[in-house]
Amino acid sequence: MSSYNLTHLAQLEHEAIFVLREVAAQFERPALLFSGGKDSIVMARLAQKAFAPARIPFPLVHVDTGHNFAETIEYRDWFAAEIGARLVVRLVEDSIKAGRCQEEKGLNPSRNGLQTVTLLDTIEEFKFDACLGGARRDEEKARAKERFFSHRDEFGQWDPKNQRPELWNLFNGRKNQGEHFRVFPLSNWTEMDVWQYIARENLRIPSIYFSHSRRVVNRNGVLLAESPYITLLEGECYEERIVRYRTVGDSTCTGAVESPAATLGEVIQEVASARVTERGTRADDKRSESAMEDRKKAGYF
Amino acid sequence: MSSSAAPAHVHTDEHYLSMDLLRFTTAGSVDDGKSTLIGRLLYDSKAIFEDTLENLERVTEQRGEENLNLALLTDGLRAEREQGITIDVAYRYFATPRRKFIIADTPGHIQYTRNMVTGASTANLAIILIDARKGVIEQTCRHSFIASLLGIPHVVVAVNKMDLVDFSEARFNEIVAQYSEFASRLSIPDIKFIPISALHGDNVVEKSARTPWYQGGALLYTLETVYIGSDLNHVDPRFSVQTVIRPNNDAHHDFRGFAGRVAGGVFKPGDEIVSLPSGLPAVIKSLHGPEGELAEAFAPMSVVMTLDREIDSSRGDLFAKAHNQPAVTQDVEAMVCWFSPAKLNPAGKYILRHATRETKCAVKAVRYKVDINTLRKQTDDVAIGMNDIGRVFLRTAVPLMTDPYKRNRTTGSFILIDEFTNATVGAGMILWLEPAERSAAGQFADMGGL
Ligand SMILES: Nc1nc2c(ncn2[C@@H]2O[C@H](COP(=O)(O)OP(=O)(O)OP(=O)(O)O)[C@@H](O)[C@H]2O)c(=O)[nH]1
Ligand SMILES: [Mg+2]
Repeated sequence: MSSYNLTHLAQLEHEAIFVLREVAAQFERPALLFSGGKDSIVMARLAQKAFAPARIPFPLVHVDTGHNFAETIEYRDWFAAEIGARLVVRLVEDSIKAGRCQEEKGLNPSRNGLQTVTLLDTIEEFKFDACLGGARRDEEKARAKERFFSHRDEFGQWDPKNQRPELWNLFNGRKNQGEHFRVFPLSNWTEMDVWQYIARENLRIPSIYFSHSRRVVNRNGVLLAESPYITLLEGECYEERIVRYRTVGDSTCTGAVESPAATLGEVIQEVASARVTERGTRADDKRSESAMEDRKKAGYF
Repeated sequence: MSSSAAPAHVHTDEHYLSMDLLRFTTAGSVDDGKSTLIGRLLYDSKAIFEDTLENLERVTEQRGEENLNLALLTDGLRAEREQGITIDVAYRYFATPRRKFIIADTPGHIQYTRNMVTGASTANLAIILIDARKGVIEQTCRHSFIASLLGIPHVVVAVNKMDLVDFSEARFNEIVAQYSEFASRLSIPDIKFIPISALHGDNVVEKSARTPWYQGGALLYTLETVYIGSDLNHVDPRFSVQTVIRPNNDAHHDFRGFAGRVAGGVFKPGDEIVSLPSGLPAVIKSLHGPEGELAEAFAPMSVVMTLDREIDSSRGDLFAKAHNQPAVTQDVEAMVCWFSPAKLNPAGKYILRHATRETKCAVKAVRYKVDINTLRKQTDDVAIGMNDIGRVFLRTAVPLMTDPYKRNRTTGSFILIDEFTNATVGAGMILWLEPAERSAAGQFADMGGL
């Protein structure tokens, strides 16, 4: 009987596939939120497996701040074409032009928070009733509280004090008109699991995850890449460093880490001995103690 | 402050991939120290990242507290931090050289019992905390009973705050006796007791010099070494169809695959299955897993099955084998945990979700409510309110393919959903009934026989 064992990575894989299929079965118009980051790449890979030999039965959706890394956008387009998926891209820029939201003012202006507006508008435009996200519980303390099936009210809001009980693997995706769900198949994965899976599946990932030379500015301990969207403050200057990214988001708030890790094996070694969390490089989380919770309540990813 | 996160040993792929996984949950009354214990466990086993720790030190200082507030590692919501209590389950992940762990830190407050049940439903082990000053109280009993109902095979009773009772052996023994007496009425096969101080770290990761009278191991040692035989069923073949995969493209023109997760037993190509409830037979042509074609599939694998003939089967149906079938029934006798502020309506209708099937059901009878403190069956008061547990008899609109929960957690469990609010209002565990009992209404098995 002991031969009926699965490695924990295989257990996570089977669990995620189960969740993805539940989404396809319980909802009419799901979407897979795809940023071109490692978690969404793994999630898309799992979706391919969940529905093979058929295609993924929902579109990939990207909310583009216009401040993303060129490498990620290139990768996004290549990936969608490669797997023959429909790609929907909506621009934060357009939401700003339409007067739906305003560019931030102040020291560290970022369009990261504005993505929520564009995301909720996109959900309404396509009447998406479930959005698959690659968020993991190990990333952040508010995310540690998420259900697999996370209910959003008609304003797209999360109510963390009043979540539905979620027992065993019985997911209750029932909702009223106008409400939707966020679903997180990778809930139980850690950063290490994601890298191990990328290695096992031999997945191609954007080049910025590997060591390269880049001009960066050190702002409050976050190494921000040179870009037209960053204004240097007095005393700041760009320096050439050997870096890579542990997490990939908007370039105005995602910091690089100094690293010589140029191969998957080296990245995995580095993750194994890391002493700070991956979101330690995110300026958006450093804004306040409950920055993530507040954004999530408003409808963020 | 030195703290290295995932220790360096986890990087060799083979080792990392071959570690086994223990899912455990905390339980016990409010303020018994559950979150502090998890924080302590992570802190002392050096599983906390530097930035998290710096943040913790800063926040502790801002709050004007003296000891590092370890509970804040899991109490991540603003409302939780304000009130100093846990409201919803927090999941944490960590590994030691021996094992990987998924921790569910759950709330003790009675108002949030539903969240405790959420965290406990997937656990292999529960740590039940008891405040050494208070001893066994109602919430200790409620959570222990829930752990027993959920079929959690291992319980570690951590008698906490031993620092406040001078690490008294006598007090510890008193609580052990008190709990053992209560637990003798439950069906938990393995119970261990450990005297600890979550706040100061005694017997959490390292054995404490302040409890020389205690012969057992520290908590972490217990978590690393407890035997986790699979609680999965590899005997009775069960496969609930989630969705049907039809590519409709030239390469796979005639492909029609049944996707789902194996809930029990073993399936192999060439096996004859029956699709329930129709009873139509077919032979498995091929099995497809995430890594390609399979020679066999077992729980909890997600697979796609193709069959040798076209049969009318779809989501909600279940494949079993002719000689080993679940009950196909519209009558469900179950223990139900109730989560809703609105009482269970003894003549009400609810939506019932079981495996991949959703149906309406009507409550036909409430047999009894359990008195949490004494575990007695109350047949005079059968009003099932929030956080109550009782035995109910339901009639479903379409047949379900069920096994007793004791035999199979997947085909033996269900949730109840309010048809108007869509809220999940209850969780049910299907009972094992002797044939004679099925006909004799009002006569029921002991709930310990669940
Ligand atoms: N003296 C002493 N105090 C402790 C110990 N463990 C926890 N406490 C204190 O007890 C209080 C409650 O601790 P928590 O860890 O938040 O309790 P909890 O069980 O998680 O509470 P809920 O999640 O709200 O049910 C805090 O003030 C802790 O510092 C201990 O071993 N000794
Ligand atoms: Mg707590």
